Amino acid sequence: MNFPWLLLIVLTPLIGTLLLFVPKRFIPFSDKQIALYSSLITLIFVLVVAFIFDTSSTALTQFDVSYDWIPIFGISFHLGLTGISLVLIGLTAVLTPIVLLATEHEGMKKRKEFLMWILLVEASALAVFLARDLFLFYVVFEAMLVPIFFLVGRFGGPRRSAAALKFILFGLAGGLVMLAALIWLYFVGATQLGRGTFSITALSNELNMDVWTERWLFLGFFFAFALKAPMFPGHTWLPDTAEQATPGTSTMLIGILDKVGTYGMLAILLPIFPNASKEFAPIIIGLAVFGVIYAALVAMAQKDMKRTFAFISISHFGFIVMGIFSFTSIGMIGSTIYMVAHGLSTAALFLTAGYLIKQKDNSLINSFGGLTKIAPVMTGIFLIAALASIALPGMAGFVGEFMVLTGTFQRYQIPTIIATFGIILAAIYMLWLYQRVFTGTENKETKNIVDLNLKQTLVLSPLVVLTVLFGFYPAPVIKIAESAISNTMLQIGQTDPGPIISKVETK
Amino acid sequence: MMQNVVNSIPTPNFEYALLSPILIMFFAACAGVLIEAFLPNEKRRFSHLLVVFTSLLLAFFAVVLQSGPNGRALVASGTVALDGPGWILQGTILLVAVMSALLFAESKVDPLGDAFAARASTLPGGEEEKTVTKLGWAQTEVWPLLSFSVTGMLLFVTANDLLVMFVALEVMSLPLYLLAGLARRRRLLSQEAALKYFILGALASAILLFGSALTYAYTGSLEFGQISNGISSANNSPGLLTAAIALVAVGMLFKIGAVPFHQWVPDVYTGAPTPVTSFMAGAVKVAAFGGLLRIFYVAFGSLVWDWRPLIWVVAGLTMVVGSVIALSQSDFKRMLAYSSISNGGFILVGFSGTNRAAIAAVLIYLITYAFATVGAFALITLIREQAGESATLIRWKGLGKKSPLAAGLMSLFMLSFAGVPLTSGFTAKFGVFTAAIAGGATPLVLIGVLASVIAAVFYIRVIILMFFSDPIPEGPFVVVPSVFTTIAISASTVVTIILGLFPQIVIDLVSSASVFLR
Repeated sequence: MNFPWLLLIVLTPLIGTLLLFVPKRFIPFSDKQIALYSSLITLIFVLVVAFIFDTSSTALTQFDVSYDWIPIFGISFHLGLTGISLVLIGLTAVLTPIVLLATEHEGMKKRKEFLMWILLVEASALAVFLARDLFLFYVVFEAMLVPIFFLVGRFGGPRRSAAALKFILFGLAGGLVMLAALIWLYFVGATQLGRGTFSITALSNELNMDVWTERWLFLGFFFAFALKAPMFPGHTWLPDTAEQATPGTSTMLIGILDKVGTYGMLAILLPIFPNASKEFAPIIIGLAVFGVIYAALVAMAQKDMKRTFAFISISHFGFIVMGIFSFTSIGMIGSTIYMVAHGLSTAALFLTAGYLIKQKDNSLINSFGGLTKIAPVMTGIFLIAALASIALPGMAGFVGEFMVLTGTFQRYQIPTIIATFGIILAAIYMLWLYQRVFTGTENKETKNIVDLNLKQTLVLSPLVVLTVLFGFYPAPVIKIAESAISNTMLQIGQTDPGPIISKVETK
Repeated sequence: MMQNVVNSIPTPNFEYALLSPILIMFFAACAGVLIEAFLPNEKRRFSHLLVVFTSLLLAFFAVVLQSGPNGRALVASGTVALDGPGWILQGTILLVAVMSALLFAESKVDPLGDAFAARASTLPGGEEEKTVTKLGWAQTEVWPLLSFSVTGMLLFVTANDLLVMFVALEVMSLPLYLLAGLARRRRLLSQEAALKYFILGALASAILLFGSALTYAYTGSLEFGQISNGISSANNSPGLLTAAIALVAVGMLFKIGAVPFHQWVPDVYTGAPTPVTSFMAGAVKVAAFGGLLRIFYVAFGSLVWDWRPLIWVVAGLTMVVGSVIALSQSDFKRMLAYSSISNGGFILVGFSGTNRAAIAAVLIYLITYAFATVGAFALITLIREQAGESATLIRWKGLGKKSPLAAGLMSLFMLSFAGVPLTSGFTAKFGVFTAAIAGGATPLVLIGVLASVIAAVFYIRVIILMFFSDPIPEGPFVVVPSVFTTIAISASTVVTIILGLFPQIVIDLVSSASVFLR
């Protein structure tokens, strides 16, 4: 157990990045191969760790590695694995090689740079999900803005500069507020525990803050996570960024990095600020439900495919946040699964559409039509991705959404009922989009579109396979997530409400 | 104190060894004057380089050797305090001065020679100017001026006496007024900057001197420790003391370029030759904040509750005004000038913590900022057009395509200024925010957060211009510098990255040395 698996997982993509810059004559691989192999090796390490991971253990974290970093502030480079992190690093490790394979055309002349940023995104995402030191978490949380910033600005559409600027400013704004809260939290800890520490475990288990301190600190952290997730009303950067970014960048951003926001709520906000979380839960659930409906409606009004996907994601993030703040095991486990399902289906949507957009250099919904005959494979994969995205039974998203709604219903009936309409709206926006892009008659524009070739199909197939697999057999993910959520429920001092809810709540 | 003087005049005890860094630089400056007087034109440059670099490095080693626990003492009859912060400030000033001196020495980037006018006395644009430029003359007086200025700084940050401090301030500033006016290109702008700097600087010095006089009137002493005692025991009218502190504060805040005493900064930074600007933004900032720390923490330390609100207001204003005005700048040097103002505000946030952590935080910020800013200014000297440096931001479009290395390094410094983690700028920002929250200045930290976001806009915009836009036709080109500038830029880069990844290094160094002697 002492083998530093987690360190290896974080370092592998970084080493891959360095190898990209070793002169050609020393390395028998091309840039593409180096990037792909290092992401595949990372995936292997993650699988090994997932295999050894003990779901029956009650320990908070496993595979811990810790090195002193800034001892004077009690800061250490501490990585540890919880069930939730395992699920999310799994998602990261699966999506990165797929993105690398599916976006070969995106890099073009600046391929080495593109690969470098993608690998850096992967490394920072892995590090942020594994960080067990709040300072380390913050540092990576902020530093990961840089690779995405360059990916958007260097490889995006015509208005990429503005999009990149908006992206990084929203990120920095959230991060800096969190920094102030982080330092304040440090002093609260130092006063109370007699030693300064940023250990997430210590801060969650040993700290008892007074009411107002906890409220303010909660708000500081929540602000950063809600901007990152992103939740209504801090969501406006996401559609702009997704519209200008390449499909590969959007997959990394929306599929993986946006999960940092919801992960932060689940793994940091709830354990460290349990009381404030409970107090603010009704407001946050309200915002989340509003976001679900609002984003779904706005998604319908979009003319651009990539913007539509972004709004769909915002709508889905609403569901994830609902599950987290439902304070029920089933809701939180549902949110964890939903994060994975959303990552997979978003990747499938963006990458499939990416092949289409690439051919016409255009992502306007109305300019396409009648692709069922011209590009049947593409249509098929997109349809599966679309159905996965709207959480059709048999898809991973359904398991997540169902559990989230079940969990939330136990405490908040009315909001849950309202959110359920989001599912209907989802069916409308997705199928309508599918109808306009793929069915109907072909036009001059779409006539010469080429279908996916075998390689492209193979690259996308893991996404489809995993979505369906987790749809029919979610047990492994549920088990892994459950091992962490049961600890979280303990930390926040919550037990699941019984079937007769009203009695429990009137205590 | 007065009675002592009357009864017996003590033999002045002069700790030559401990004062050696200051003395070395002073002798180097004198040697520079002699070189000017006696050596022929063609031998001067080499001799100056030899003298200045040897003395800077010697002085630095003298600092390193003596700065241990045994080297902390009040010397020169209590007028100079060589304590932890003093040594660290001296060491930083010397290193930053080495870096700026490297830029002074660069003569390869401009086809006409170094960054200074061939003869400062010639009419800008006149026939004579062309002749002396063609002859390849050089204004080698910059070297002794640099040495004198460094001497002043070393004394300024360790001065424990208002009068010594004033003398040090003048020794430090007078050469700068001259240096600011010596630019080879855009000479009228440079001379205007020098004049403006001189007049406003002289005004600030006068105000500081007046404040010192009032302090003496109230406490009966000029020595910081005695002033502190005098304040607690004296029964004079508090109005006198308030006026004294206010005037001293104004004089010092002028030097650090805090709002509302910042108007000289953009003009002087823009007009001065870029190596001199780097020296001002780096070393002068360190020196000025060092002096400010010592006066307010030692001499006026017992009045913390009285002057703290003032510092809060100034810090908040400086951050916000500096950042907001920087947003609208189209000239890169001017933007960096406002950035320097706004960074001064962040240092004041740390300063307002008024505890040991605050001293450490200010020192860390000064070290990281000085290195990054010298690096950024060094890069400016490389981005040129036919007519000289190309500082108009809009013309930097697509620079990343022409020179990924220069643009990449500039981006690193910009990210560091913006306080992005894993760069030294984040270490610094974390430090000052921590100190401020520990000292109860949380509202100020929130303003700092807001200002950081505003500031991020203009830093990030530079990166966007360089990397996300296509180059303009006939845009600037990036020249390959000689070994001098290369060393300066490399050193800044290494410091910016290392202190971002392993902040423990500088934190250890500074935390063990953050107590003032009094």
